[in-house]
Amino acid sequence: MVLAPPGSGDGRDAAVNGAILSATGLTKVFGSGRHATVAVDHLDFEIAAGEVVALIGESGSGKTTTGRMLLGLMQPTAGTVRFQGTDLATLRKRHGMKGYWRSVQAVFQDPFASLNSFYSVKRCMLNTFKLFPRKPPYAERLQRVREAIHTVGLDVDDVLAKHPHQLSGGQRQRLMVARTLVIQPQVLIADEPTSMIDASSRAAILNILLDLRAKFGFTVIFITHDIGMAYYTSDRLFIMHEGRIVEEGPADAIIRDPQHAYTQRLLADVPTLQREWVL
Amino acid sequence: MPALLEARDIKAYYRTPSGDDIKAVDGVSLGLNEGEVLGIAGESGCGKTTLAQVIALTVQKPLYVRSGEVLLDGMPALTLDPETMRREIRGKTISTVPQGAMNSLNPTLRIRDLAIDVMRDHHPRITRREAVERARERLASLGLSPRVLDSYPHQLSGGMKQRVITVVSTLLDPKLLIVDEPTSALDVTSQKVVIKLLIDLLQRGIIRSIVFITHELPLLRHVADRIAIMYAGKLVEFGAMDDLVFHAKHPYTQRLVDSILVPEPGMKERTVTGIPGRPPDMRNPPPGCRFAARCHEKMDICSQDPPGFEHQGREVWCWLHQDQETGATRR
Repeated sequence: MVLAPPGSGDGRDAAVNGAILSATGLTKVFGSGRHATVAVDHLDFEIAAGEVVALIGESGSGKTTTGRMLLGLMQPTAGTVRFQGTDLATLRKRHGMKGYWRSVQAVFQDPFASLNSFYSVKRCMLNTFKLFPRKPPYAERLQRVREAIHTVGLDVDDVLAKHPHQLSGGQRQRLMVARTLVIQPQVLIADEPTSMIDASSRAAILNILLDLRAKFGFTVIFITHDIGMAYYTSDRLFIMHEGRIVEEGPADAIIRDPQHAYTQRLLADVPTLQREWVL
Repeated sequence: MPALLEARDIKAYYRTPSGDDIKAVDGVSLGLNEGEVLGIAGESGCGKTTLAQVIALTVQKPLYVRSGEVLLDGMPALTLDPETMRREIRGKTISTVPQGAMNSLNPTLRIRDLAIDVMRDHHPRITRREAVERARERLASLGLSPRVLDSYPHQLSGGMKQRVITVVSTLLDPKLLIVDEPTSALDVTSQKVVIKLLIDLLQRGIIRSIVFITHELPLLRHVADRIAIMYAGKLVEFGAMDDLVFHAKHPYTQRLVDSILVPEPGMKERTVTGIPGRPPDMRNPPPGCRFAARCHEKMDICSQDPPGFEHQGREVWCWLHQDQETGATRR
């Protein structure tokens, strides 16, 4: 695996280094006939190893559906997703999805749906190791879980004893990030990972994810409507509108000089500190 | 300007089953002027929503007001009898759009039934048709399609639901509208249309003042006239929007402003650290300044309660800004 140097990433690097994750003609249609809704419409993109990118769009733009297809949780209507050059369908046939999910992990927008509410947090977190072909001994498993929970800024003993419903939304989202720290996948797909976390600690959680990129060469795909967050974290931005990518490029270029009318509108809609916000 | 509403030294606690008190709001005083938008900001769990419930006079068990008073047009309002409260105050003088209201609508009722409920509660003799007609006129005058009245909640988008609730909540022209995180579940484009509606209601004189609760400072920068920053049940800084956002004095306000992630060129080069640590346990809040444990400018004296310091209409509760004349240190 070749690492892209941090901060690099205009689409060309992906072609040179070989993309870790790519989509070709990726399409999802819900319903059929007169009621057909094209949620994702022929997406083509390549993401290089070690890159941090963001898929940005409003509710209904198709960004979450794209994320689910990248994860293999939803079958595309047409097109393919490739992981290190191999089609997901082929990977599924060959090894099942477990191996893929060891490499490609997700943090979802609603962490309540991701944690089994009948299990204690301790059990939820230890279950993470089911993804591993060979489980480390119990003591080591527990130690890794404890370290991960500590890293995301939670009180380890307090959280481990609780059940998911006893935690706040922000605490659950932090736990999902901790889970990622335990698994250490190659690619992380983070769908609104900090939507329930206060602005004051949002940056801290994002910095943890960015540290992982620096340390282990993680690839991170953020899926979000928060352009500020995307700009802070990402090398490259993809702007999605009505199922299509209408603009992509280095984060700085898009924020300084958005080309597409939709991107311009989206940026104008964000209240910032310096710029006048025209209502 | 006359004070529309004044809160005096409010202490509002939650009583737990074990008999402990959670001191969610612990001595807050603030006044709301006619015609202004007052923003209340701070992290989750700092008492913003609780304070809003006290101001909205919607305190319900296990929350109770331990001490303090809310004056409405100069009259004590916390001790009003429930019937007067329901007939004269709720919806007519003070209306509130609670947090998550748009997801709490009865899914089996059309929006018009909600509007009829609101109207009939205060005008028992109004017919259904008249009530719907009033709602229809109001929606049309605000540029919203009156057809939403025939819809069920699930047929409306998030931004539309939030706007419709706001319109229905203000059908009786309340003086004060209290909105709690009205846009936090919405994307930026829907957020903007909701804010536009709130400003529109204010400019048309349908409502006279807004209390806007949110943790999004960039939003308050564009809508609020004054901002109160809350931390652990107390105000730490209170003043004009410009002063607070661009010249914050309290370390907590400064750190809050510094943790904002906005798409403005140059922000990418900064490392945003946020505020390490968590707000204290409100069962036993620490003595002295409650932010001291997380403060990067902590001094020995911070273990004592910081007195409020007022200067040119701005209040700061921090030892760093304590006036020398009072004998305390000030840098």
